[in-house]
Amino acid sequence: MSTRSIGENGPAALLFHTLFTAFIVAPLIVTILVSFSDKGYISMPFEGASLRWYRAILDAPDIIGAFWLSVWLGLGSATLAIAVAIPAAIAIARYRFSGRDALMALLLSPLMVPHVVLGVAFLRFFSMLSWTGSSIALLLVHALIVVPYALRLTLGALIGLERDAELAARSLGASRWTSFRRILLALIMPGVVGGWSLAFIQSFDEVTMTIFVATPGTTTLPVALYHRVSMLTDPVTTSVSTIMIVGTMGLMFVLDRIVGLDNVLIGKK
Amino acid sequence: MAEKVTRGNGSQWLLSLPALAMFLGLLIVPLALTAILSFNVFDAVRGSQSNFTFGNYIDVLSDGYYYELFLRTAGMSLGVTVICVVLGLPETLFLSRMRSVWQGTFFVVILGPLLISVVVRTLGWSILLGRDGVINNVLISLKLAQRPVQLMFTMTGVVIVLTHVMLPFMIIAIWSTLQKVDAQVAHAARSLGAGPWTTFRRVILPQLLPGILSGSIIVFTLSASAFATPALIGGRRVKLVTTAIYDEFLSSLNWPLGAAIAVLLLLGIAFVVVGSNRLIERRFKQVFA
Amino acid sequence: MSKLSIHGLSKTYSDGFQAVRKVDLEVQAGEFLSLLGSSGCGKTTTLQMVAGFIPPTTGAVVLDGRDITHAAPEKRDMGVVFQSYALFPHMTVAQNVRFGLEMRKMKRPQVDDRMAESLSMVRLSGLENRYPSELSGGQRQRVAIARVLAIRPRVLLLDEPMSNLDAKLRGEMHVELRALQRRLGITTVLVTHDQAEAMMMSDRIAVMANGGIAELGTPQNIYDHPTSEFALKFLGQANVITGEIASMQDEIAAVRIGSASVTAKVAGGQIGRQTKLFVRPERLRLTPADNCNVKGTVLTRLFLGGLWFYEIETELGKLRSTAANFGTAQPNEGEAVGISWSDGDLQFVASEVGNG
Repeated sequence: MSTRSIGENGPAALLFHTLFTAFIVAPLIVTILVSFSDKGYISMPFEGASLRWYRAILDAPDIIGAFWLSVWLGLGSATLAIAVAIPAAIAIARYRFSGRDALMALLLSPLMVPHVVLGVAFLRFFSMLSWTGSSIALLLVHALIVVPYALRLTLGALIGLERDAELAARSLGASRWTSFRRILLALIMPGVVGGWSLAFIQSFDEVTMTIFVATPGTTTLPVALYHRVSMLTDPVTTSVSTIMIVGTMGLMFVLDRIVGLDNVLIGKK
Repeated sequence: MAEKVTRGNGSQWLLSLPALAMFLGLLIVPLALTAILSFNVFDAVRGSQSNFTFGNYIDVLSDGYYYELFLRTAGMSLGVTVICVVLGLPETLFLSRMRSVWQGTFFVVILGPLLISVVVRTLGWSILLGRDGVINNVLISLKLAQRPVQLMFTMTGVVIVLTHVMLPFMIIAIWSTLQKVDAQVAHAARSLGAGPWTTFRRVILPQLLPGILSGSIIVFTLSASAFATPALIGGRRVKLVTTAIYDEFLSSLNWPLGAAIAVLLLLGIAFVVVGSNRLIERRFKQVFA
Repeated sequence: MSKLSIHGLSKTYSDGFQAVRKVDLEVQAGEFLSLLGSSGCGKTTTLQMVAGFIPPTTGAVVLDGRDITHAAPEKRDMGVVFQSYALFPHMTVAQNVRFGLEMRKMKRPQVDDRMAESLSMVRLSGLENRYPSELSGGQRQRVAIARVLAIRPRVLLLDEPMSNLDAKLRGEMHVELRALQRRLGITTVLVTHDQAEAMMMSDRIAVMANGGIAELGTPQNIYDHPTSEFALKFLGQANVITGEIASMQDEIAAVRIGSASVTAKVAGGQIGRQTKLFVRPERLRLTPADNCNVKGTVLTRLFLGGLWFYEIETELGKLRSTAANFGTAQPNEGEAVGISWSDGDLQFVASEVGNG
């Protein structure tokens, strides 16, 4: 006997959901709170509020340097990844050929290969080629790791897209390249932008693989953070983390405006 | 209406060339080199040699220590997977029943952390889990514990944090499958005489199984491959395959042994992924064609 | 054979939107009644309240004297066929059909008998072990029907079950479904937007608009004598003529349209008032111009196989007429013709939506 519609949420479910959400956001909230503490060590709860740990960032050149490296890496690897992903996505979405599934599996494989394994493989590879400490080499492998994200979203935009618009352009005199640049690219732009953005974020956040190949001269922000967290309980880590959290939230907002966040996180339905 | 997909005529390989070149040179080659490395000899004095030997694999496969290592890693991953299913399934169902205004917001809240570096999330947990941390403070003030519970540097702590990291993946997988379920099917079952629980058990849940399974595969393999979280939360006390690889490569400098462990990890994961996908395909193919 | 009564059923959503306003309906035992209307008229919401999927805001649903307004769907003993068929994709045809019987805790041999019987009623015997994904749309629909027939429900509720079928298949299913319903005598309510479907299958039709019933009656009654312009236009085609009442005699009005004048029965008509009259296209006959009700010129002539269709310019405006194709010679476009109708063909129609 129920006067509630089928499929509505009851009070027990609501409680579960509240606890669940609290579980998810707890570490983030705590980090943000602690970053404003005036204590010299990480503690919860705390009494005084202060911005000293934000000012302390300015006194940590390694962190600032790591930040810029991460930004540069992110921009470069996302761009490189999307550049190779777009033509590959066109090949996969538009052609029927016997190696198609294998190709897609290969290009998505970095998602499944443990980053530890990638890390040691690149470590070995770089040492053999004397590429250790090269930021370009680091950019190349970051690009490799984020190709799956760029590919998935670009593919999502391509699959099911009718060719009619491009054929119309061709019949009106446009060359293949023009038709691609001004018609197709424009049509899949949301997917491309989403793919690029996600690739950027994943490159910026990457830590496990980078730990293995990073050198004192090529340390990214997450790696710098990792080392500080594992060595000492230095509260600067909380202020840096808070900045990263806020920065990511800002990016998410922008992404949502352009592509729709659910497309990025879950993919097209 | 133009045909959407045409038969390959060679241009597909031209288009894929940049990606293929990148993956061949930067993925296949390094992995192959690692595999070769695993067959090298390690000399404590002179470092890695290029002689060929099975020694590293024999060391790993015959030593109880490594069996324990792999077993512990697999057990931990399985535990995280089960917890993610138990927590993720109800939450996904709850989300699906929300009004779309709330739904969008909570998706961002629950899935958004995926876009935040795992180091940041783990740092937050280390604050919560410490002896002096929030969780212990709450437990003690609620009289649920006499003394602070040790959570940092324990397997329990690692499992808690890994669960936190992996839950979004499980939710995404189940959600994708849930979208494909016809909303009317539950109504149909009810009108035929099934109560709410029977409807869930016999009609909804079976349709969600593929999503639950694929989510489980993702969570299991990512947990087994996780490094930053177990290293930071578990420290020296929790020994897993990934931390062992790190130790061999960056502490002991025994690269060949580390490479052997890495290859075995990769093979193990590949086996689980391919095997489970085959299973899912075979079991569910005719149903969800 | 069950009797279904709906008293004052309404549904208002929390944002104030009234999907259904005060619907009263009595479905007789064994009757086939259609809820007919366009999208948003409230017909599906009404059905869902009868089935128990949505709680009503006010009103009652009574089945065989028992108030089931707040009963859970599984306790109502109704069979529902959905627009998407809602088959259980992870179960075979046989398992789908057996489901309702298992819920009723029937013993296995009986279950199998009923299942076989239902499948043969819809002519799907032999497909027991197929999965829905392996069936065509038409076959899936039959499984959905077999699934509800197996439980021998007191009431059959059909929510636009034919909209996903192609035209030819739909036509066949109309006949089959109606025959099945007659044979089994199950009280049935059909929700549809297709007026031809409603007319073809129903004992009575409830035309719905804006959450309420605009007109209720047998198909022929509603078609031949609609009480509102809305119902008139919804079922079939009509010519609507607006004119002024020039004189009245015993309820027979002389209506002036431009320079022409026609007579029709207008209940409650007053001299000087504007009034609307209608006549169905099939009631307008083409006759020689010297012996007709009104003269005109053929504007358009279309051949529709079994029918000829005409659009004719007359003093009364553009009139549409259809004539059965008997193979005889027909007037051409541009020719002068005469149009005639019998007494009673030209009827008065009220402008507002009536309350049936």
